[in-house]
Amino acid sequence: MSTPPIATKPRFRFRWTRALIYAVLILFSVFYVVPVYMILITSFKQYTDINLYRMWEFPTFLNLGDCTNPFFFCFDSFYEAWYGGPSMIIGFKDAFWNSVRMTIPATIISTILGSLNGYILSKWKFKYADLIFPFVLFGMFIPYQSVLIPLTITLRKLTIWTGIGFYGDIWGLILVHTIYSIPIAGLIFRNYYATIPGEILEAARIDGGNIFSIYRYVMLPLSLPAFVVVLIWQFTNIWNDFIFAVTIVQNENQPMTVALNNVAGSYSVQWNVQMAAAFLSALPTLLVYIILGRYFLRGLLAGSLKG
Amino acid sequence: MNVYWTRNWEKIVGFAFFLPSLIAIIIFVYGFIGWSGLVSVSNWKRGAEPDYTISGFDSYARLFGIGEKYAAGIDAKRFKTGMRNVVGFTILFIVSCIVIGFTLAAILDRHVIGEGFFRSVFLFPMAISFIVTGLTWRWLFTPGDSNIGSTGINLLLQNFGLSFFNPNWSTDMVYSIPADSGLGQLLINIGLGWFASPTFGLSLGVITLTIAAAWQLSGYTMALYLAGMRGIPEDLREAARVDGANEWQIYRHIIIPLLKPITLSVIIILAHLSLKIYDLVVAMGGEGQGFVKDMPALNMWDTTFASARFAQGAAISMVLLILISLLIIPYLISSLRQEEER
Repeated sequence: MSTPPIATKPRFRFRWTRALIYAVLILFSVFYVVPVYMILITSFKQYTDINLYRMWEFPTFLNLGDCTNPFFFCFDSFYEAWYGGPSMIIGFKDAFWNSVRMTIPATIISTILGSLNGYILSKWKFKYADLIFPFVLFGMFIPYQSVLIPLTITLRKLTIWTGIGFYGDIWGLILVHTIYSIPIAGLIFRNYYATIPGEILEAARIDGGNIFSIYRYVMLPLSLPAFVVVLIWQFTNIWNDFIFAVTIVQNENQPMTVALNNVAGSYSVQWNVQMAAAFLSALPTLLVYIILGRYFLRGLLAGSLKG
Repeated sequence: MNVYWTRNWEKIVGFAFFLPSLIAIIIFVYGFIGWSGLVSVSNWKRGAEPDYTISGFDSYARLFGIGEKYAAGIDAKRFKTGMRNVVGFTILFIVSCIVIGFTLAAILDRHVIGEGFFRSVFLFPMAISFIVTGLTWRWLFTPGDSNIGSTGINLLLQNFGLSFFNPNWSTDMVYSIPADSGLGQLLINIGLGWFASPTFGLSLGVITLTIAAAWQLSGYTMALYLAGMRGIPEDLREAARVDGANEWQIYRHIIIPLLKPITLSVIIILAHLSLKIYDLVVAMGGEGQGFVKDMPALNMWDTTFASARFAQGAAISMVLLILISLLIIPYLISSLRQEEER
């Protein structure tokens, strides 16, 4: 990192490139932040206050007139989105709970399954394991359109046979998300466990360990980072899923993404309610990102690179 | 390979643990794909009651407009427009993500103040669903009209003194090489007139989709490149500098070639996402007038679940699957080979 003693560049030129670098960074930051700014300012406006000429302007502050839920800003649109308004199938309070009771079980089950599969596929390779794995991986790249028709037929049948709401309720979504995340969850854990040296397992073996005890006492304590990564990845993806949800659950059990899209369809002019609903839908995954951003980034990298 | 010895029962137990997942994948991926394939050649034309009588490739003929009966059909028109859009979208989206992502990564790799802050800002859209992204950008692209004036992005542009650039984002405008221009005439004369027609154009709707999608995924591209750049040892750059290379040459001859595997991953990931793009289009208002924003994935969903034309929808999904497989299968094979070499 040493600079050549004589051939230092003239100082002012150096500053110019630095200034240019920061200008580019700030310009792009604005590009990324503008939609968030728009969501926030629009959702704090009252419907009567949404004047298209002034859509970029800040919402009214303090002096709120006929706002029913004032707290420095007007929270009316959030109230309407949360408790539901006319022509909404359900309010976002219910949609939020639907998303929660779908995402939490699906995330936990798929992560545990991913850990077991990753353990087997990295440390207890059966014959042709390396050959089968790409066939499993293919499952995460397919356009889900190519399985949707059989999937709806099967889930309808399962609902009739078992009486459990596989179609039209979140149970089907839990099943579907668990199955279609076998490839990605297995991949992340497999890559992570591959980095744990075989010598550790050999030592555990000499101490009398078997396939269960090695997992329980050697692998599991070492795999906390991988668990956090997969949990975050799964939570984000399942929470944000739209295609499965819109195909399987259109009624009062719909999760937030479907509810949001329905609000957009029925309330084409009430932008304040739409933006408040968008904000509420994005909040859980955004909070995860803000709190656990470091692991989130690792998940992105792990979920993208093969082998 | 396993470096420690295994007992037979453990091999069996290991496989038994993996077996349910394998069976699930075989049924829910391969079985269902086969089932969809069967539906696509079946007689299940309309309605909720399945009819699996094989009736041949009628649905495909309808899509590709083969035969006099289907050549001018609405199915062929919508599919053709959708394919044009998805190809244009994929190219535009990948190029913009790579350019933005690489530039930002190269800058952040230069030890800037507030690197962590900028990285977080560029990456947070990845945590948001396509529905939220699409809805927000739809609101931003509300074009306004002659009565209420410019709104959204256009209003912003106007306020910055760029009112000459005032596109009506929701029209069915398609940019293509005009047939009566010099280039258009040349293309027609050498038998490539197809390139000078709207068939080869890029619609304004696709550009709005690209902007929204790039907003969401360019930060991700940046993260991948940044991780790659951090893996390149500083000595390598230093050695090149000693040899008299300038910064541009270092990127041209060292960094970019070394990042080739990452570029390949980026292309594969972004391409498979963009070929099956669905949520974003729905949230941005659907196919648009004259199918300007239509995509095959959206076409499939509408045909199947809104119009209950199952054989037709299944045929679209099969074409989409083949398209993505052409991209993914070579990639999976090559990564399998690489793993074997290690």
